[in-house]
Amino acid sequence: MKRLPQIGWLADGRRLHLQDGPIDLIVEARGSETNLRAAYHAAIRRFTGLLDELCDELPVLRTAADPKQCLLEGVVARRMHAAVAPLAVDHFITPMAAVAGAVAEEILGAMVQEARFERAYVNNGGDIALYLADGSRFTVGLVDRPDRPGLIGTTMIAADDPSRGIATSGRHGRSFSLGIADAVTVLAPTAAQADAAATIIANAVDLPGHPAIVRCRADELQPDSDLGARLVTRGVNALEQREILSALEAGADKARMLLAAGWIDGAALRLQGETRVVALNEFGVMPPAASRRKMESAIYA
Amino acid sequence: MLTDATAAATDKIRCDACPVMCYIKPGAAGACDRYANHNGELVRVDPHIVLQRTVSHGGQIVPFQAGGDWDGKIVHEPSVFVTAIGAGTTYPDYKPAPFIVSSEIDGVDMVTVVTEGIFSYCGVKVKIDTDRFLGPETATVRVQGEAVGHVTTSEYGSQMLSLGGVHHLTGGSKKEGRVTCDALMDLSNCKPVELTIDGGASVVVQAGYPPIVNGIAEERMRVGCGSATIGMFAKQWHGKVDEVVVVDDHITGVLSEHQAGKLLDIPDTGIKMKGRRSTPGRYFQVAEPGTGWGGTRISDPLTVLGPFDPKTARPGMTMLMVSTTGEHAAYYVLDEALKPVEKPMPADLKASVERIQENCEPALCTVLFMGGAGGSLRAGVTDNPVRLTRSVKDALTRVTSGGAPVYVWPGGGITFMVDVTRLPAGAFGYVPTPALVAPIEFTLRLSDYAALGGHMDHVRPLASLKENTEIRQMNSPQPGSRP
Repeated sequence: MKRLPQIGWLADGRRLHLQDGPIDLIVEARGSETNLRAAYHAAIRRFTGLLDELCDELPVLRTAADPKQCLLEGVVARRMHAAVAPLAVDHFITPMAAVAGAVAEEILGAMVQEARFERAYVNNGGDIALYLADGSRFTVGLVDRPDRPGLIGTTMIAADDPSRGIATSGRHGRSFSLGIADAVTVLAPTAAQADAAATIIANAVDLPGHPAIVRCRADELQPDSDLGARLVTRGVNALEQREILSALEAGADKARMLLAAGWIDGAALRLQGETRVVALNEFGVMPPAASRRKMESAIYA
Repeated sequence: MLTDATAAATDKIRCDACPVMCYIKPGAAGACDRYANHNGELVRVDPHIVLQRTVSHGGQIVPFQAGGDWDGKIVHEPSVFVTAIGAGTTYPDYKPAPFIVSSEIDGVDMVTVVTEGIFSYCGVKVKIDTDRFLGPETATVRVQGEAVGHVTTSEYGSQMLSLGGVHHLTGGSKKEGRVTCDALMDLSNCKPVELTIDGGASVVVQAGYPPIVNGIAEERMRVGCGSATIGMFAKQWHGKVDEVVVVDDHITGVLSEHQAGKLLDIPDTGIKMKGRRSTPGRYFQVAEPGTGWGGTRISDPLTVLGPFDPKTARPGMTMLMVSTTGEHAAYYVLDEALKPVEKPMPADLKASVERIQENCEPALCTVLFMGGAGGSLRAGVTDNPVRLTRSVKDALTRVTSGGAPVYVWPGGGITFMVDVTRLPAGAFGYVPTPALVAPIEFTLRLSDYAALGGHMDHVRPLASLKENTEIRQMNSPQPGSRP
C-alpha cells in the first residue's frame, strides 16, 4: 500500500495541513464549497507520493546545479533545477535550494487545475505559492524570527502584481544558511524562484571572518547535507551597528542585481533588529514591541 | 507508523521514517526536525511527546493517521479527521512558518510562529533536599564568582535558592549577565552547576539528582525533625536502650524527656542538653548549623551534652545518639564516672538506625523554571495581548512548556513555573540579550475545540490506538542516580 501523508485541519477548520517527511504544507483557498472540496482533494492527490518522486532523484538534487543542462526527470525536480540554474552561473547552489517553493507551486498548480476560486495559497514552511483571481489580493505579514514572534512588517500582493511566490531564508530556518541574516524575504514571480533567490541573498548577508560569527561544517551537522564541507552559520553574537548595516548592504546589493535581472520583485532583509527593504510596495511597519521606533527609522531613513 | 533505524556508521543512524532516509548524528535531528538521534536511538521529537503527556494526564486524544487507512474522503468528514493533538490543538505542533499569508492580521496563521518565548524576566527556583547548612538567608549565590541569586527561606527538609531574575541578567555587569544566563540555561537543561554561597557551602546542583555539598553527595532527606523522629521510633527503642538523642539542626529530641517517652514510662536518665529547651524533650539550637550531624556543625555528638546528673544517672546506662537521617549514629555506655564511652552498637539498635535511613526519602535537587510571558510574546498570539492573558486566566487556553504542565501564577500577566525535568532534553536556549529562550505553548481545551467545530465524536481513548500507533515515553532522567 502506498504510504500516505498526514492530512488534517488546523484548529480553525479552514486551513488544510499536509505533512510527509520533511514537507509540511498549510493550504487555504477561498471560494465556493464545491470548488474548495475539489481543490483540497486535488492537493491531497498530488501530494501523495510526491516525496517519493523527489527522493528517487535525491543524489542529483543534492549536487551543484549545472547551469547548462538538466538531467532530472520529475516535474518538481525539473522546476527546482530551472529555478536555480541561472543562479548557478555565479554561485554554488543545488536544486535543493528551491525544493520548498517548487513543491508549493506543484500543489497549488494541482488545485488550480481542478477548481475555480477567488484566491489560494500553499505555504510550505514559509515558502509560499499564491493564486490570485482578478481583483483579489493578499496581505503578507513578515516575521523576522520564528523564535521571536510578532509581525515586523507587512506588504501587499495584488492580482495585478507579478509576484506569485514568497520565500524566506535565514539562519533560523530548518535549512542551513551560509550567511548571517535573521530573515530574507523575497517576492518573485514563482515560489521556486523566490525560494532560490532568498537563499542566495541570505547567503550574501555576511561578514566574512568576523569573530562574532560561529560557523560549522554543514556535513558535521547533517552528514548528507547538500552543502558538504561548506561552513554554515550556527551563531551570531551581538554586532556593532555599522557591521549590521554593512552586512545588510552586501545582501541588498545582491537583491538589487536579481531585481535588475527580473528574477525577483522585491526583498526585505533583516539582521539583529535592522531591516533593509528593496523594492517592496506598500511595505508597512506593524506595531507592537519597543523596537517600533527603531524599526521605523531603519526602514524609512 | 513504526520506524526502525539501522546503524549505518559508528555514530550516525539512518532514519527510515520517510524516503529521504537521512543520516542523523547523535543529538541531531533529521531534515524534518521530527525524528532525532538520541544516544543512537531514533526518536520522534514532535507531537508524540505531547500525545503521551496528554494521555498520562487523563486527556482524550485524536489519532494520527493510524494505520494509514485514509478512505479518500476530504478531511472535513469526520471519518478521516487526523491530528496528533490531545486536549485541543497545540500551537505550534509543527515547524513555524515564518511567513503569514492572511488578509486578516488577526488570522490564526499567526499562531504557527509561536514556538519559543524569550524571557528576560525569568529565573529558577531551586529546592535542595538537605538539612545541611548551605548559607544564611539572603546570602548571595555565585557561579564563577559572579552573583546569580540568593538563598531564600528554607522549606521542610530543604534549602531553597532563588536564582536569575532580571537584575542579575541585565542589571549588573556584562559578565554577570552572561554567567547568570549560562547557569540558568544549564540548570534548566538538567545539567550540573556548581554554586558557591557567601558565608556558606559550595553545592553542585543538578535537577533530578542529589546535591553535592562541599564535595559530598547528599543521600537522604531527614525523616523528620529530631522530635518527630523520637515520636516515630520511641516504641522500637523502648526496652532496648535507656536514652536516645536525635541530633537535629532544628529540633533535637531526647527520648526520656519527650512526651513519647513519658507515655512509655521511660525513666529519667539525668541527661543534660545544651541549647534552648522548647517543650519537654525538644531542644532548639543545640549547635551551630553546618554540614555535620543532623545539619549541625558537630562531628562529635557528645559536645551537645552537659554532664549527666549524678542523682539520676547510674553507671552502665546506655544511650543511642543518631541524626535525623540515620547517616550518623553512635552507641554509648556510661562509665563509673558517668562519662559516655562509645561501644559497638547492638544489632537491634543498628536495625532501628537503618529503619530511620529507610524512611528518609532520597535527597534531590529540583529546579523550577519561572518566567513571565511578556507583551511581545503574547502579541505573537493575538494583536490584543491581554486577551490571551484573560483566556489563560479563564482556563480557556492552557499553557504548557515543551508539553509539560505549568503552574500559572494568579494575578496579572502570564507568569508560570515548570519542573525542568519534565521538558524534552535541551529545551532551553538563550539569546545574547542575555535572556533565556523557553518553549511555551498555548493550548485550547477540548471543549473549546468543540466550540470551534471540532470532531468530538472521533476523540478516542488510548486503548483503541495502541495497536497501530507508536507512542514514545519521554526520556527524563531517573531521579536518585547520577549517570
